[in-house]
Amino acid sequence: MAGVYIHIPFCKQACHYCDFHFSTSLKKKEEMLLALEKELLMRKEELTGQVVDTIYFGGGTPSVLDTQETDRLIQTVLDHYVVGEDPEITLEANPDDLSSEKLGHFAVSKVNRLSIGVQSFFDEDLRFMNRAHNAEQARATLAMAREQFDNISIDLIYGIPIAEDERWKQNIEIALSYQVPHISSYALTVEPGTALKKFIDKGIVPEVDDEKAEAQFRHLVTTLESAGFLHYELSNFGKPGYFSRNNTAYWQGKTYLGIGPSAHSFNGQQRSWNISNNTLYIKGIQQGRLPAETEILTQRDLYNEYVMTGLRTMWGVSLQRIEQEFGSHFREYLLRQAERHLEDQYLYLDGDTLRVSLKGKFLSDGLAADLFMLPLEKKT
Amino acid sequence: MKHIRNFCIIAHIDHGKSTLADRLLDFTGSVTERDKKEQLLDNMDLERERGITIKSHAIQMEYTYEGEKYILNLIDTPGHVDFSYEVSRSIAACEGALLVVDAAQSIQAQTISNLYLALENDLEIIPVLNKVDLPSANPEEVTDDIVDLLGCDPEDVIPASAKTGIGIGEILKAIIERIPAPKGNVDEPLQALVFDSVYNPFRGVETYFRVINGQISKGQKIKFVATGKNYYADEVGTLKLTQLPRPTIKAGDVGYLITGIKDAREVKVGDTITDADNPTKNPIEGFEDVKPMVFAGIYPVDTEDFEELRSSMEKLQLNDASLVFTPESSAALGFGFRCGFLGMLHMEIIQERLEREFDMTVITTVPNVSYQAFTKKNPDAPITVNNPSDLPDPSTLDRVEEPYIKATIITKADYVGNVMSLCIEKRGQITNQTYLTTERVELNFDMPLAEIVFDFYDRLKTVSRGYASFDYAPIGMRVSKLVRVDILLNAQPVDALSALIHADNAANIGKKMCEKLKELIPRQQFDIPIQAAIGAKIISRETIKALRKDVTAKCYGGDISRKRKLLEKQKKGKKRMRQVGNVEIPQQAFMAVLKLND
Repeated sequence: MAGVYIHIPFCKQACHYCDFHFSTSLKKKEEMLLALEKELLMRKEELTGQVVDTIYFGGGTPSVLDTQETDRLIQTVLDHYVVGEDPEITLEANPDDLSSEKLGHFAVSKVNRLSIGVQSFFDEDLRFMNRAHNAEQARATLAMAREQFDNISIDLIYGIPIAEDERWKQNIEIALSYQVPHISSYALTVEPGTALKKFIDKGIVPEVDDEKAEAQFRHLVTTLESAGFLHYELSNFGKPGYFSRNNTAYWQGKTYLGIGPSAHSFNGQQRSWNISNNTLYIKGIQQGRLPAETEILTQRDLYNEYVMTGLRTMWGVSLQRIEQEFGSHFREYLLRQAERHLEDQYLYLDGDTLRVSLKGKFLSDGLAADLFMLPLEKKT
Repeated sequence: MKHIRNFCIIAHIDHGKSTLADRLLDFTGSVTERDKKEQLLDNMDLERERGITIKSHAIQMEYTYEGEKYILNLIDTPGHVDFSYEVSRSIAACEGALLVVDAAQSIQAQTISNLYLALENDLEIIPVLNKVDLPSANPEEVTDDIVDLLGCDPEDVIPASAKTGIGIGEILKAIIERIPAPKGNVDEPLQALVFDSVYNPFRGVETYFRVINGQISKGQKIKFVATGKNYYADEVGTLKLTQLPRPTIKAGDVGYLITGIKDAREVKVGDTITDADNPTKNPIEGFEDVKPMVFAGIYPVDTEDFEELRSSMEKLQLNDASLVFTPESSAALGFGFRCGFLGMLHMEIIQERLEREFDMTVITTVPNVSYQAFTKKNPDAPITVNNPSDLPDPSTLDRVEEPYIKATIITKADYVGNVMSLCIEKRGQITNQTYLTTERVELNFDMPLAEIVFDFYDRLKTVSRGYASFDYAPIGMRVSKLVRVDILLNAQPVDALSALIHADNAANIGKKMCEKLKELIPRQQFDIPIQAAIGAKIISRETIKALRKDVTAKCYGGDISRKRKLLEKQKKGKKRMRQVGNVEIPQQAFMAVLKLND
């Protein structure tokens, strides 16, 4: 199974915390769509022998497109790739783009899953993050979407400096009241180069408090788990049968093709990423050349990535898979490195699977790094 | 012999010594275009990068002056106070010295102490005013400074620019006309001064010498007086840009000797080489066994690398005889070595060479000087304390003595107040103050050597805005009120972080150490208390708060590669840390006390 990711690099306005690639000018939209279609044609060989089971419109804000535009792109995939019987076709959407009319159009289009960027049901939070929608829109859109779509995911952000724990609890309650089967929930992260970073540095906005974020994360995990969600990835919770196929491909090391500026592709052995510049991307594609960089992953890179992504998921890191794909010395190395954390119960072994405990979850990057294998230092 | 001139160059760091040497080689045609590179004599990478000379070097030039051919032996000396003994031996091998003074910066402390050494050895001094081409040059005033210092005629000072070549002809002329030819008798028994040695992995130790009397020939049976060992001279020759073997080197000349010695410790700088069968009755005066001034523990980051560290240290010692080490063990760090160094620069160099040449990542512990402790039971028998943990229990102590030095500081008059406050804070006692000129003051202090080890240079530069220069010489041991400050991490004492500190400063330094360690030790999964203690008494405390969040929220297609690389880097950083108990301590934390005021 393979995935196709299509990056729509346009937004109506910039959120203060976002470091994804986008442009707030829609002038080049048509040129961009033509380039995306052309890239799909140029790269179809890359998925030869593979069945596509997920198409994902990410961004940016894909909901700035209308259904004719999304259908054009979907049709291109259907025409030139082998697509499975019941593909998951996701559209990332913002509440302010989803009028009831537009929702109706998407409902009858090939899109069958919505990922709605709600972030919060409170105006103070939304203003803090410079989101384009307000709380009222979020609620209304969600209510309408629920009538048209079965498979809906919403995004929620916790650890917002101005939001107290009580408000976060209410956010979760409200989300649950809409009966959505999937929630992606992220700790607010201060990325370099973002407006949020600048505000914090200047003291305009209080710093993000890790302790508070951790408490909110714990509340999130326990509440959603008792509501029947599976915590299948650090920031993702789904009811059985509703896990994101597209994202699961990333964490399970499956093949995916990333179309559009800044999109990443992976085929099990090499990763490539398109240039993060709309103009240069369009120009390259128009000239029939893919403006991308490639890296070939070594066994060690693949091992490190598997450990890193595996620890984030409920599937953990399978020692058997390590042994099969990388050899027994990788398995022994992994266990040796894990020893200390197993003792301290940040990690635990469940049969042949290594997993992060609840107390280790919020520290899992550092834990993964400790299990990494580095290139042998050259001895002269 | 009357056509030989032996000379050295005395200069402060950055005043242009190595560049001037390059220019002299150029002018006398001693280098071909092909061999030309900057700072030709500084052939260690470290020397080039740091712009300092660590080893002594020698090179022979030929120069025809007024129809006669002269042999000029330039002996390039190390440029740092850590190596002042080597400098003194190089000076003893010469009849003259070029005193190079930067026309913008004027005379510095180290220049003066080396100048005094040269004058004690009756060297003819040729003052050279370098960098006269710089816009900031102040030739008139600096010439006056030189005249004041040397009592020479202003006409004797040669304006020059080693960079552009101004004055090089005049300098060569002065070398020939003003520096006396060596005196010596070829017919007397061999008497040659060892002024340096270099380790060559293929040929063994190469000894650099100056023949005072007699001659040394290939095949001769020779004797090193201080070590008492005999060897055969397998090869002797002249130091051109490369070595040029010759049958004999006669009195007055400089050369190299190869005997197949494999261990640098057998060749001691300052030793006398003589004929084994017809030895001289007069060994050359001034020989000293060089003693280390600063001690520190060196430990492998990975305990498994101990044996490899040992073999690396042994190899390093083959070409650096001034490095001494004995195995020691630390409760915190396991097995390592207590090493003695000539000074702080020497310590840094050893650490860097271990990393570069042997790929050994090491932890260097807080450096200390060598103390002497006397117990009540046995108040006349000194116990040498090269490691704070060797200090006997305070209740049994009669007294502790620490090494003192005489510090010479030259500074601009404006900064005398600042320099004095610093030296007094560092337990210095002023012994003398002299105005060299109206603008420049020489200050002398008696100070504990230990205080110089602890962030003295950097602060001296800061309080004097870079103007003060500094030199020191040991003046013996004095009684001191010292206590051991221990550091506890997570309630466990970390012996490698202990330091001997004067009782009056202990509380303040203990507090600063805790603060510094808090800054340097990364947050871990749990709270880490840091405590400073004297005996059982806690004098200061800080806490490193536990890491609460160490995970990125998003990890999608576009994040994986970047994130993997980030975590790989993180792991690399951790590999350079040492785990003590369950706390990971970065390398630099062990040296934290040196940088308490940063």
